[in-house]
Amino acid sequence: MSRMTRRSWLAAAGSASAVAGSASRLLAAKDPSNSPPRGFQHIPPRELIRRRHLPNVELMTQDGKRVYFYDDLVKDKIVVINFMYAHCEKLCPTMTANLVRVRKILHDRIGHDIFMYSITLKPEEDTSQVLKEYADMHGTGPGWLFLTGKPADIELLRRSLGFTTSDPSEDADKSTHIGMLRIGNEPMLRWSACPAEANTQWIATSILSEADFPLKGGSREGSTVTAGK
Amino acid sequence: MANRRDIETARKNRLEIVKAGLSRRELFKMGLLTTAGYLVPKSGLSAWATTGCSPGQCQLGCSPPIAPFLDPLYVPPVLPARPLTDPGFTHHPRQCPNNSINPTNGLPFEGRGQFNGVLRPGTDCFQFFDQFPPQQFFIQRLRANHHFRITSDKSIPDQTIWGFNLGGNDSPMFPGPTIVTHYQQPLLIRRFNELPPQAQNGGFGVPEASSHLHNFHSGSESDGGPCRYYFRGQYFDYFSTMQQAGFDSDHQPNGDINESASTLWYHDHRVDHTAENTYKGLVGFNCVFNQFDTGDEGTGFHLPSFPDFDVPLFLTDKLIDPATGLICFDTFGFDGLIGDVQLVNGKVQPFLEVQGRRYRFRVLDGGPSRFYELFLTDPNNLSQVIPFWVIANDGNLLPKPVQVTSFRVGPSERYDIMIDFKSLGRKFGTTVLNLENRLLQTDGRAPTNTILPAGQGTTCVQFRIGADVPDGSVDPATGPAFYQLPSTHVAPRVTRTFEFVRKNGQWQINGKGADCSFETGIRFTVQKNTSERWILRNSSGGWQHPIHIHLEEFQILKRNGVAPPRVEHSRKDVCRLGFNEEVEIFFRFRDFRGDWPMHCHNTVHEDHNMMLLWQVQDVGDTNPNP
Repeated sequence: MSRMTRRSWLAAAGSASAVAGSASRLLAAKDPSNSPPRGFQHIPPRELIRRRHLPNVELMTQDGKRVYFYDDLVKDKIVVINFMYAHCEKLCPTMTANLVRVRKILHDRIGHDIFMYSITLKPEEDTSQVLKEYADMHGTGPGWLFLTGKPADIELLRRSLGFTTSDPSEDADKSTHIGMLRIGNEPMLRWSACPAEANTQWIATSILSEADFPLKGGSREGSTVTAGK
Repeated sequence: MANRRDIETARKNRLEIVKAGLSRRELFKMGLLTTAGYLVPKSGLSAWATTGCSPGQCQLGCSPPIAPFLDPLYVPPVLPARPLTDPGFTHHPRQCPNNSINPTNGLPFEGRGQFNGVLRPGTDCFQFFDQFPPQQFFIQRLRANHHFRITSDKSIPDQTIWGFNLGGNDSPMFPGPTIVTHYQQPLLIRRFNELPPQAQNGGFGVPEASSHLHNFHSGSESDGGPCRYYFRGQYFDYFSTMQQAGFDSDHQPNGDINESASTLWYHDHRVDHTAENTYKGLVGFNCVFNQFDTGDEGTGFHLPSFPDFDVPLFLTDKLIDPATGLICFDTFGFDGLIGDVQLVNGKVQPFLEVQGRRYRFRVLDGGPSRFYELFLTDPNNLSQVIPFWVIANDGNLLPKPVQVTSFRVGPSERYDIMIDFKSLGRKFGTTVLNLENRLLQTDGRAPTNTILPAGQGTTCVQFRIGADVPDGSVDPATGPAFYQLPSTHVAPRVTRTFEFVRKNGQWQINGKGADCSFETGIRFTVQKNTSERWILRNSSGGWQHPIHIHLEEFQILKRNGVAPPRVEHSRKDVCRLGFNEEVEIFFRFRDFRGDWPMHCHNTVHEDHNMMLLWQVQDVGDTNPNP
């Protein structure tokens, strides 16, 4: 610092020079390493994830039951979440069929500690009744809920769960958001994703890898356990 | 979330203010400056803060501002070798994994031999272990450090990082200790996973580790690839023959000197979670020396002596939660993560007091997603165009130094540069030079094409130039010759084409995503000791991908149909794919059998499946679009 002029220090200061220059001028008046307390608070990280990504919006299941997203569906659970809509010709049927196979592989876990949720991107069209018909048609089984709700809540949920892209035109295309599974282990603060069209055995393994670490039975010699029994 | 146009508008507005030369008082009057000295979060001015930032809002523009140049550059210590009598080697290192069960946790003692967490007995014995028995032994323990400082500004709290330590009972550091190795001195590094339990991750990070040595010619059992992670309570031995590529094929017995690597790094590679784990701190440098690149300027190529005048620079950008003051990471994001707090070697925009002489800096873009265009800026005279020298690309010395006035570096690329502070100080009459990033990037998908004016980018490191001192290093201006590039005039056995695309909201290579299933995940087979030509294509606009391929280095034959620029006339391990670019690369695959990945090193893209596995065996396939 001693070899620098004040002007050079200001000119050099960080990004967006108007901002940093002014800031530096103020901070330089005092000892910058002793800037005043900024009022940071301790917020548990699990709580921060909840606030940012897991809004407690009200949804309705395919059986017409009202549920709250965080309190009833996610809290203390391992979850697999995807977005879909019933009248989706291109991708949804393949994805759903793939997920039915994943559910079969994980049958002893789904509904016990791992839960599957398919949320409609078109809540205006997809009533509980429509979703029930869709679920029955695909033979989805227990532990797997199809969910609808208020359009604004669905949109909030989509954005909060990261089913977005920074390109606005791409983001507006609903089919962009149906190829992905969000996998979460809420109490463990552990979140990942997997393509819904991947090899089903790999999807099942990905889900179990977020649930059990190490995988149950994985350390047994000669074990080929990846999922289920 | 602000879109690109808002961000661009805000940037232009800022530049207008700069241009108009408004004073602080005027800005106050206009209501554009807060008492803290930062521009108010007003729409169209600070596009990222249109509605203010709420707790947990881990995004660009929300981090608390931290003054630059408060701290000197931190230089990580060198990892010490340890005797085999060290308690960490109670289980003696062995060629095949120690998969006997540890009664305290029910897991195999060693994680080697597991593939995606499942033990595959009899696999992953070290290749060439008898031929090159290890002469040196190291230990590192992966741990949490809850008192890590990114700045001496006391109003910013201690941070928690996960990192590598010096192998004893010490706290880990970020970046980790620099590992210094020498060709023809085989070694073994034992790493203990002592990370905290999952639920104590502070919001991101998974305590399963795979410690990849980026761009060493390693067998897959020692490569630290995505599927070979080890759990808390396990150790993992990594063995290096420390021979150059070709040692068991075209350049027996010690490899091709012209395949020498020098600036490597080690980092976590756990599949699906690499971005958060490296961002958490599981990274470090590894410098490799040989009889030419010696670390002593009195010998060999006379490159500046390590460590006094040969300094690694780990560039990474962070986001800080506006409510807690703690580094945060968005585990729900797909596009990539761009931070607004610039760290170099773990400190916010540090300064380095240099002497009037030549230095070598090993510049590493530590990601996760930011690209840099780095210039030297004289803060007292922004119109100066200041030259310096690129001497190595991805840690590989170029045939000759190349004079530049800037260079582009993408995630995980390394550029070794030489700066002559004595001659620049005299020529430009300055005692301060800033290493400044002038590339505008506003989201994780790609940088823009905008180069900001001098002084309006982000200074990464400020060099403060002291007195002239004697200099025994080579002057790059004299055109010293380093290694020659191995010939690429060999007919490739096969040409394979890879399309890097975004489909259905995620990243893919040739229409598929990553898969760590041993049975189904490996996409093609290269024939050992043959050459191949690969075409890497980024056919859709809007994003860029730095593509990294393990095991062997490649040379770029053509970038968009023409020869690459001079600084890319090099051996490389990361290939930047710009908007709609097509790059043709040449490989030799030698010496080892096993499986390795190719992936995007924007680690957020990597974790969202832009990765594939391939293998080398005695008989290969000829699949042109695997």
